[in-house]
Amino acid sequence: MMTDPIAIARTSILEPAGLTEQDLDRLLGLLAGSAVDAADIYFQSSRLESWVLEDGIIKDGNFSIEQGAGLRAISGEKTGFAYSDELRFPALAQAAEAARAIARIGQGEQVRIGEVANKRSLYDPTNPIASLPDPDKVALLQRVDAEARRADPRVREVVASVVAVQDTVLVLGDDGALSADVRPLVRLNVSVVAEDGGRREQGSSGGGARADLDYFLLEDRALSFAREAVRLAVTNLEAGDAPAGTMTVVLGSGWPGVLLHEAIGHGLEGDFNRKGSSAFAGRIGERVAAPGVTVVDDGTLPGRRGSLNIDDEGTMTQNTVLIEDGILCAYMQDKLNARLTGTHSTGNGRRESYAHLPMPRMTNTYMLAGERDPEEIIASVDKGLYAVNFGGGQVDITSGKFVFSASEAYLIENGKVGRPVKGATLIGNGPDVLTRVSMIGNDLRLDQGVGTCGKEGQSVPVGVGQPTLRIDGLTVGGTSA
Amino acid sequence: MSIAATEDTAERLARLKQTIEDLLKEAKRRGATAAEASVGSSAGLEVSVRLGEVETVEHTRDNGLGITVYFGNRKGSASTSDLSTGALRDAVKAACAIAEHTQEDPCAHLADAALMAAEIPDLDLYHPWHLGVEDAIEIAAACEDSARGYDPRIVNSEGASLSTHTGIQVYGNSHGFVSGYPTSRHGLSCAVIGQEGESLQRDHWWTSARAAADLDSARMVGERAAERTVARLGSRRIPTCQVPVLFRAEVATGLIRSLVSAIQGGSIYRRTSFLLDHLGERIFPDFVRIHEEPHLPRGLSSAPFDGDGVATRAKDLITDGVLQTYLLDAYSGCRLGMQTTGNAGGVRNLRIGMGDLDRAALLREMGTGLMVTELMGHGVNPVTGDYSRGAAGFWVEGGEIQHPVEEITIAGNLKRMYAGLLAVGNDYDYSGSTRTGSWLIDTMTIAGE
Repeated sequence: MMTDPIAIARTSILEPAGLTEQDLDRLLGLLAGSAVDAADIYFQSSRLESWVLEDGIIKDGNFSIEQGAGLRAISGEKTGFAYSDELRFPALAQAAEAARAIARIGQGEQVRIGEVANKRSLYDPTNPIASLPDPDKVALLQRVDAEARRADPRVREVVASVVAVQDTVLVLGDDGALSADVRPLVRLNVSVVAEDGGRREQGSSGGGARADLDYFLLEDRALSFAREAVRLAVTNLEAGDAPAGTMTVVLGSGWPGVLLHEAIGHGLEGDFNRKGSSAFAGRIGERVAAPGVTVVDDGTLPGRRGSLNIDDEGTMTQNTVLIEDGILCAYMQDKLNARLTGTHSTGNGRRESYAHLPMPRMTNTYMLAGERDPEEIIASVDKGLYAVNFGGGQVDITSGKFVFSASEAYLIENGKVGRPVKGATLIGNGPDVLTRVSMIGNDLRLDQGVGTCGKEGQSVPVGVGQPTLRIDGLTVGGTSA
Repeated sequence: MSIAATEDTAERLARLKQTIEDLLKEAKRRGATAAEASVGSSAGLEVSVRLGEVETVEHTRDNGLGITVYFGNRKGSASTSDLSTGALRDAVKAACAIAEHTQEDPCAHLADAALMAAEIPDLDLYHPWHLGVEDAIEIAAACEDSARGYDPRIVNSEGASLSTHTGIQVYGNSHGFVSGYPTSRHGLSCAVIGQEGESLQRDHWWTSARAAADLDSARMVGERAAERTVARLGSRRIPTCQVPVLFRAEVATGLIRSLVSAIQGGSIYRRTSFLLDHLGERIFPDFVRIHEEPHLPRGLSSAPFDGDGVATRAKDLITDGVLQTYLLDAYSGCRLGMQTTGNAGGVRNLRIGMGDLDRAALLREMGTGLMVTELMGHGVNPVTGDYSRGAAGFWVEGGEIQHPVEEITIAGNLKRMYAGLLAVGNDYDYSGSTRTGSWLIDTMTIAGE
């Protein structure tokens, strides 16, 4: 088995299209030139397989192949971009000329194509689609279905799905540097409907990683997702109206870190700050969070959904400290925004596919642990909300206002977790919400590998995490005023 | 210029139809008892201008095909972006391999042959815009200029973008149905940033149409973006309260989208809808009529047939406040023991009957309350209808706008909100496939200070 990503990328992308080293050289010559400040070619071959169980049977499956190349030429702040799903030289040459028209003049320079060795292996360059025989994938979903139905008699409907992706990318920079990454990604999801008397509720759970499908067989993972989905649905069957107004909120560890992603993450992306459209623009060195709050964006965690060996511009990912002890230290950068603001890429240049332009995006964004016992944090609150599971969120990076929607929450009364309340949206102001963090738990946890972030119509897999947090004053959007 | 193939549209359509025929033949050769396939090919140009300078010029070209094979009542599907002969064969092979492991599902089959669209009306959806890169840049720049020149408080910009796309979609199945048609879509959008004191606000506006001549002018889009941005400056919070809420037209469409997803066949048979068992029931006040018009000429969602090849037809979703139909495709129809409604792939061009009240009259009708112009987040529970979302808008007293509002949530339950709809205005003023005026809802909970 080949384990060198560049060798895999050559075999799976360049060779079938008949593209030689000389062809790559000629393409770069067409694309880059004296009036072009930067250029790159992004080759991609992506295979995805999914299976869906519903009504207790394997109902559908899909296999999909996407491949193509995106060619980009940058002159100053101008970007020319064209892509092709045909990888033969004439189609790519046509795309190169279209992308390059942005710069209009200049002569192509000769560069030497040179491989950049991949020094890092955060995940194996495997093909997860082939990692488990098809009958075993089907059997896995059937076990998940049985576990969910066994867990509680009130379960009426179960939908389970498993998705495996092998994404091979090859990035050719204008300096001739050729780097590659083979990115496995697997995900399993369970969604159940529980009914009791006249009430119905849904619960969903799942997880994923950059790994083979046996990831779900280890540590009872798949079945624990089934039990968790059922627990959520039946908990919500009992939920009362959520409170409305500004109150003390305790956020659970792990996935509630979506708070960080929305409240500060997007606002610290380099493009918004270069353009001055972020509420955080020009605030490096200022206090944006309470003492003790340290937040990082770390693309180097082994096997995580948001991790990458190299980003989509060929830059090694890194662990970037965004906020240290409450002080804003850095933005997340891709090459374009780094060059225009006189700094370096932080390995955050990401794109949904070859048909999209890269931009600064998060990887795994999380807050480091503090010293408080989570129980001590809850005990410190007289009256408030304890929110432990969330759906998605959204932010307006200019006004700084952000929301995230709780899907499992409880009232806190006299320092004790009380009755469950219905899901509610929480809203706050990004630049000041972290200044209201008054207690930080010692229980840092990352999410289970389910996050997908959307920005300007492009989706990429990401991770979040945090310890249990107490926030003094967050607006809870319930109905009970 | 665009790098799209210069091939004639009729030739491309014929070639894509041939691709479908080839796929269906290959599926049959591999033993499939039935099959269906769709293929699409599109090309376009997108330019963006920021602070008067070109920011991006993107040439887009997308191909894709999907095939589903049936072996009796077992199915499998595959898709690819590669339309070469070898890739087509691989896709069929992959779909057949999947079908070896899926299980018998009595509803896994094509729609009845008798339901296939017999006539394909020309819905006037294809109006290519032969636009050079320079011209596109000029229009986007003019749009941004009118936004930046609108008010001195507009201090920054996220730019203006112009896009133009043409494409062809073809669908066919083993009933012998193969049909397709070309479409076009053009759009212009602009987003700017305003400042007043410490407060920064951003807002945007857009226009979208099948024909370039139907787009709003660059100047109008720019000015509207600026007007909306400036109006938000000085936003503040309001105390927690329960008041009437006016959803301005462009956000009222979201309330119709929630209705559509709740009456989709999949939500009904999976029991994930708050409108389960509501067919024939009154869910709105009796003045409400919501009508689907799939054959609307130049409509942004118009289509002569649905994703199963079934003829689309005009119908009421709501008449006199009563739910008339679910939105079914062949599969969900079979699951519910009902006939497909020609809604495979969704709903196409909705209109709600509009009343006599313009926006000023609606505000007077509301008296004191909140007018919402932006919603944030995904806080709608489809199973229960519980609704809780971030919002921005304007505080209204005595029918007059008092000040802009932000960092609040609005909450309620969709069933109660629909029943509590007091009026629909005649103030439709945006380009989208759902046409509605603003909605005045009797009461919701606002969470704020």
